[in-house]
Amino acid sequence: MSDTLPKNNIFKVIGASSLGTLIEWYDFYIFGSLAVIIGHQLFPEDAGASALINTLAIFAAGFIVRPFGALVFGRLGDLIGRKYTFLLTLVLMGGSTFFIGLIPSYKSIGYAAPILVLILRLIQGLALGGEYGGAATYVAEHAPKDKRGFFTSWIQTTATLGLFLSLGIIVITKNILGAETFGDWGWRIPFLLSIVLVVVSIYIRMKMHESPMFSKLKAEGNISKNPLKESFNNKANFKMVLLALFGATMGQGVIWYTGQFYAQSFLENTCKLDFNDSRYILLWGIAFATPFFVVFGAWSDKVGRKWIMLSGMLLGILFYRPIYQMFLDDTDYTKIEQTDILSASTAPVTSVLIANSTDSLRTVSTKIMLKNGASFNKVQTDTVSATKGILLGKEVIKDKVLPTPIFWKFVGLIFFQILLVTMVYGPIAAFLVELFPTKIRYTSMSLPYHIGNGVFGGLVPFIATLIASFSGSTPLSGLWYPIGIAALSLVIGTIYLSNKRDENIND
Amino acid sequence: MNTLKKFLGLVWMVLGPLTMTFLFIQAIDKVGLTHSDIERTNTILQWAIILFIFLPISLGLMIFGFYAWKGEYDHLPESSEEL
Repeated sequence: MSDTLPKNNIFKVIGASSLGTLIEWYDFYIFGSLAVIIGHQLFPEDAGASALINTLAIFAAGFIVRPFGALVFGRLGDLIGRKYTFLLTLVLMGGSTFFIGLIPSYKSIGYAAPILVLILRLIQGLALGGEYGGAATYVAEHAPKDKRGFFTSWIQTTATLGLFLSLGIIVITKNILGAETFGDWGWRIPFLLSIVLVVVSIYIRMKMHESPMFSKLKAEGNISKNPLKESFNNKANFKMVLLALFGATMGQGVIWYTGQFYAQSFLENTCKLDFNDSRYILLWGIAFATPFFVVFGAWSDKVGRKWIMLSGMLLGILFYRPIYQMFLDDTDYTKIEQTDILSASTAPVTSVLIANSTDSLRTVSTKIMLKNGASFNKVQTDTVSATKGILLGKEVIKDKVLPTPIFWKFVGLIFFQILLVTMVYGPIAAFLVELFPTKIRYTSMSLPYHIGNGVFGGLVPFIATLIASFSGSTPLSGLWYPIGIAALSLVIGTIYLSNKRDENIND
Repeated sequence: MNTLKKFLGLVWMVLGPLTMTFLFIQAIDKVGLTHSDIERTNTILQWAIILFIFLPISLGLMIFGFYAWKGEYDHLPESSEEL
């Protein structure tokens, strides 16, 4: 049946599925990209760093519930069909994102603000857990058997493009409104804008038909009566779920989140790059690398899925540490010579009283421009005490702007990391679809995917940052987490996975 | 290859509990290093989340190892009829 689907129809199926999935990823990622600003809005003003940590915890909660969303909506998708289930996930995602944009600040409603956002964030995570498996299954069940990798790879581009869209809209909104207005209320715009995108996507998805394979199964009365039981209580199927998780999605998840999330976090927080510079580098890297999702998806139709995915993991294991060492070396401005400096201008000294004390914090900020086009801010914060005099603080170098050649070198390094993402992620939808039978496919493929991506991958920034904070660790120590997980997945995948493609998924 | 799959199954079975033991030791160590009540609460919360998430995954790795040891992955199904 799928083999005879006209070419323009399959592209309609891909377009309608991909647009909705892209919007869901956009909704999911704007929260993380705005964590610092949201932290200021949701928590008391004196919460300081704990506001950011708590906001990141709310962000992480969205990842952790994704496997539960996979179970709930996967079951629904195998019972009532793919079309209505991922229509529901779209409504839930769009609605919760829109309402996050409307939540009053801590100043207005106190701790009800973070609690409400946490609830909405959990709904987002559940919805995303249900969305991806549905979209990938839906496209795969329409695609011809020899082009399943190619057609499902369009769905695979959506996660990266969703991140691209979220970064782009945030940067544009901030540039239009200015930093102060954006921090005040402008941050709500990317959230509110989601409702427009979702309405358009719902309109398109309403016109879609049910998957031909599911319709056939339903007509024959062969749909699963209890997909959860059949997926996980049946040993033959459960062992494939475990193999998919440990041999593929676990390694794929850490490669995805290291290349696109940890890289940005590392550039911004460890290398102290300027806000816009770190985002522009990622935007360029994504723009250049995204077509390769389709390239590797199509190639997997010819050579099989296994070795492309595992090669991506191997390259990550080998090159992450040299790449991040280059990031550190090229942003080390502590050894610059006086002759390298073009100009230095000191901003007016600011002084802030410390709460419940007579002491104050004095901040001196100097903007330094270098002859090679680079610049940075040197900030010195000292404590001025009425009794002890001036206690000198540590000098911090931040807001680094890179010289043009180094900027493009960084774009190249990010491009390479996202290229690895396209290798592991491009073929994986087709790989997962081919692993499970139609009647329990939505449930069975969603769980390993969301544990691999949501849990192993989503926790990369958190766990890597945690490891880097241990005593005796270096800024690169955090990379042992993705390297270790990818290495384990590579070994299991190499030994246990088969490279054979299941041509007949209509069973 | 099947012998390798089988014996590596033992490694996965051992790796599950080893990982959990390592995480428990790390959790106790890091909570012990905290200096204030707020810091302790935050650290306990962070590690509780990590342990809560990775406990069932470690159990899954043990089951995977057990299946490998029993030869369940010697032949992978080539069609859904085998599932």
